[in-house]
Amino acid sequence: MGKQYETVIGLEVHVELATKTKIFCGCSTEFGGAPNTHTCPVCTGMPGSLPVLNKQVVEYALAVGLATNCSINQYCKFDRKNYFYPDNPQNYQISQLYLPICHDGWVEIETATGKKKIGIHEIHMEEDAGKLVHDEWEDCSLVDYNRSGVPLIEIVSEPDMRSADEVIAYLEKLRLIIQYLGASDCKLQEGSMRADVNLSVREMGVMEFGTRTEMKNLNSFKAIARAIEGERTRQIELLEDGRKVIQETRRWDDNKESSHAMRSKEDAKDYRYFPDPDLVPIEISDAWIAQIKGKQPELQTEKLSRYQTEYQLPRYDAEILTSSKHLADVFEEAVKLSQQPKEVSNWLMTDTMRLLKERGEEPEDLSFDPANLAKLIELVDKKIINRTVAREVFAEIFENNVDPAQFVEEKGLKVVSDEGALRDVIEEILAKNPQSVADYKAGKQKAMGFVVGQTMRAMKGKADPAVVNELVKTMLENA
Amino acid sequence: MSILELTAMELGRKIKKREIGVVEATEAALAQIKTLETELNCYVTVDEEGARRQAAKVQDKIDGGMLTGPLAGVPMAVKDNICLEGRPTTCSSKILKNFVPAYTAEAVEKLIQAGAVILGKTNMDEFAMGSTTETSAFGETKNPWNLAHVPGGSSGGSCAAVASGECFYALGSDTGGSIRQPSSFCGVTGIKPTYGTVSRYGLIAYGSSLDQIGPVARSVADCAAILEVIASYDKKDSTSIRREDCDFTSALTADVSGLRIGIPRDYLGEGLDEEVKTAVLAAARELQDKGAIVEEFDLSLVEYAIPAYYVIASAEASSNLSRFDGVKYGYRSPNYEGLHDMYKKSRSEGLGAEVKRRIMLGSFVLSSGYYDAYYLKALRTKALIKQAFDKAFKQYDVILGPTAPSTAPRLGESLKDPLKMYLGDIYTIAVNLAGLPGMTVPCGRDSSGLPIGLQLIGDCFKEKNIIRAGYAYECGRKYEMPKLAKKAAKQEVR
Repeated sequence: MGKQYETVIGLEVHVELATKTKIFCGCSTEFGGAPNTHTCPVCTGMPGSLPVLNKQVVEYALAVGLATNCSINQYCKFDRKNYFYPDNPQNYQISQLYLPICHDGWVEIETATGKKKIGIHEIHMEEDAGKLVHDEWEDCSLVDYNRSGVPLIEIVSEPDMRSADEVIAYLEKLRLIIQYLGASDCKLQEGSMRADVNLSVREMGVMEFGTRTEMKNLNSFKAIARAIEGERTRQIELLEDGRKVIQETRRWDDNKESSHAMRSKEDAKDYRYFPDPDLVPIEISDAWIAQIKGKQPELQTEKLSRYQTEYQLPRYDAEILTSSKHLADVFEEAVKLSQQPKEVSNWLMTDTMRLLKERGEEPEDLSFDPANLAKLIELVDKKIINRTVAREVFAEIFENNVDPAQFVEEKGLKVVSDEGALRDVIEEILAKNPQSVADYKAGKQKAMGFVVGQTMRAMKGKADPAVVNELVKTMLENA
Repeated sequence: MSILELTAMELGRKIKKREIGVVEATEAALAQIKTLETELNCYVTVDEEGARRQAAKVQDKIDGGMLTGPLAGVPMAVKDNICLEGRPTTCSSKILKNFVPAYTAEAVEKLIQAGAVILGKTNMDEFAMGSTTETSAFGETKNPWNLAHVPGGSSGGSCAAVASGECFYALGSDTGGSIRQPSSFCGVTGIKPTYGTVSRYGLIAYGSSLDQIGPVARSVADCAAILEVIASYDKKDSTSIRREDCDFTSALTADVSGLRIGIPRDYLGEGLDEEVKTAVLAAARELQDKGAIVEEFDLSLVEYAIPAYYVIASAEASSNLSRFDGVKYGYRSPNYEGLHDMYKKSRSEGLGAEVKRRIMLGSFVLSSGYYDAYYLKALRTKALIKQAFDKAFKQYDVILGPTAPSTAPRLGESLKDPLKMYLGDIYTIAVNLAGLPGMTVPCGRDSSGLPIGLQLIGDCFKEKNIIRAGYAYECGRKYEMPKLAKKAAKQEVR
């Protein structure tokens, strides 16, 4: 029988911080922009320029560290990581090696197998690099330094994960915490959150770790899950064949669902790290830490329980609503304006989720004004429109962020409860359908349903069903 | 007496009194440059047009009462590792031959605001690595006192230009003695301020934790006035220090009574030229006669300063200079295949031998497996040296000694034996490691007529103590110009 193997996984997660300016200069961090327009002598590595630390970067890193139960190095430093590559204008990256800002933390994850703590080895601050653009026509390479100097934190986990499920749960957890802190939008596809997977396998029961590989270029949770499965299989096959796993960095190709070696760690570069003499050590006082703690917004776990107690929402609903900071923000704003948590929750849980799914979008992509949802709820409440129409209007809010009151007015979608107008319509229907009148008189209740349906159809859904029911009944009886 | 023999302060006063025009002073310096440059080679770039334009503009501002400072209108020069917007800044290296910065160094900005007229950029050892100005890619500068000798380095161009009247004062930079040693060799005065006093923004880094910009001039009074202008807190430089005590000219009192001066016996031992020793001790006696308390003491650890310095400075340099790769600016080899070949060829062809030596040394000491044994040990040594000075400054206000073990060596002598050249920095280097202010003041000449420098070292932020001592020593002495310069200087003071 085959041997049983255990997968051991640790993650290095890079998160782009949501500061307005870069980590060591005043240039904008905004995405896009023509090449090299968000640059200055500092982030293009001009000689004589000097870095000056953006305080907000330290505050975001501290906030993430505190929310993930880390200890804080109250005396921390930046180090230079030296390597030659054109995307790196100084040919060194300013990072932290010897005294990272946060260390020894943990987050709790929950998977089908239960709850588990995942250790965080350290969190350090560093600068992003520029981007190389290869011009195939001119056969040359160009460099865009707009991203150079954008602040990052790297969160290094302990090798505590044993499955793709745990890895995804850990990443989801980190993403929620960081989004709630407002430290980053954490979009994997856009690269504001990037994960490298360190993976090794060992025979069940063996204490020592196997040789690990590092997997890069993982742009979605699905790709991460596939890469983990692929790498686990590859390593086990090697071992079963009596061969060895080589410590190396591999690049995942999600289209081919396979990976290839980028560089082996054995001939790895020596980065010649040393403390950056252009920057002074950062001293983090107890008062500063207390201030960051004081500013910490309500995190997901706290929101989850509050939604259940304060709004009396079922746990399942509260979980979905808090699964995205943006969704929770929309929810809370709409509740504040409408005072109807259950209604708001219903709209978000049903129509919103359905529409997102149809478009293949995430809750982060929601772009409508919560005030419009609150207005819609009010329109239904006041019976100005009925539910059927409301769903049409909501689709418009979702799509184009329309003002529902205005939209209903313009499109003439108001409920018709004017009895005179309804009476005329019903009379016409009764006149066209003498058989139904006869059936009803003969005691067939079904006939009434047919007339109601015909009336609603004639009114294009805008009639108040209760009023129609009442009228049809009276008119049939008196026919 | 020629205009060119005036000190910067003297010229400033005459400009203020309308006795000399800014344009006139500028033309005098440009004429001197024209006459002497073929022999001395103090400048990498002379900006005649820019200087003339600036001179007229400054004169207008002085006439309009907008510029009233003591240095307004005084023509000066800037070492070529200090950036000046729109002008080539080469660090005397082939790799930066065509580099034109888009920004001006903070220290230069301050001088421009004070009415400086910039004549040009001065020659130096390539990237400030050297003690002779012979490692420049644009030819060596010669010592105006004797053309067969070096001017010292790395700020050799600045110091030779100040000595010979090719400018009235200059900015230099000092990482291990690069202001003090060439000032001493050229018979001028120079100050390396406390680390963090002058912004490093715009100074092309050699050893970032040791580099400081400072003044080179013909008198202690000039240096104090220049330092007063360039010392400033700059939020663009994280290592810049906010100081409230930068009124350095207030220390120009000529009163040293009660000033405690210590002479390290370690600075008078083996390797020190007898004539230098005699001149330095005579200067000490003079200060004693003027009321200072002078005694000898043991500083200790002096012999460890040089190895610690060459490890730390080279380590930082290996990283600082990695940005010169041919990708973004500067020299790119015309023939290469692929990225790595471009890096290798551009750097091999663009950088000189001494620079490569230090980059290799620095890369080595930072390599994994050697980092602890070399770099960390050097940092610990640096901390111990600082402690030794701290202890000394509990007893003394000023530490006095020679600036260099000998007077200027002959051209071509030093590069043959780099280790010997490194040892020549023995008295200046510890000052940078400890972040202290240090000054050199001329204290006579040796039997062959070459100038000797007296070094005065103060505790951190105590520039005023060394300025006080230097000024007291200088009082009654007149600036003496090298013969060849004096002969060339024709424009007489009316």
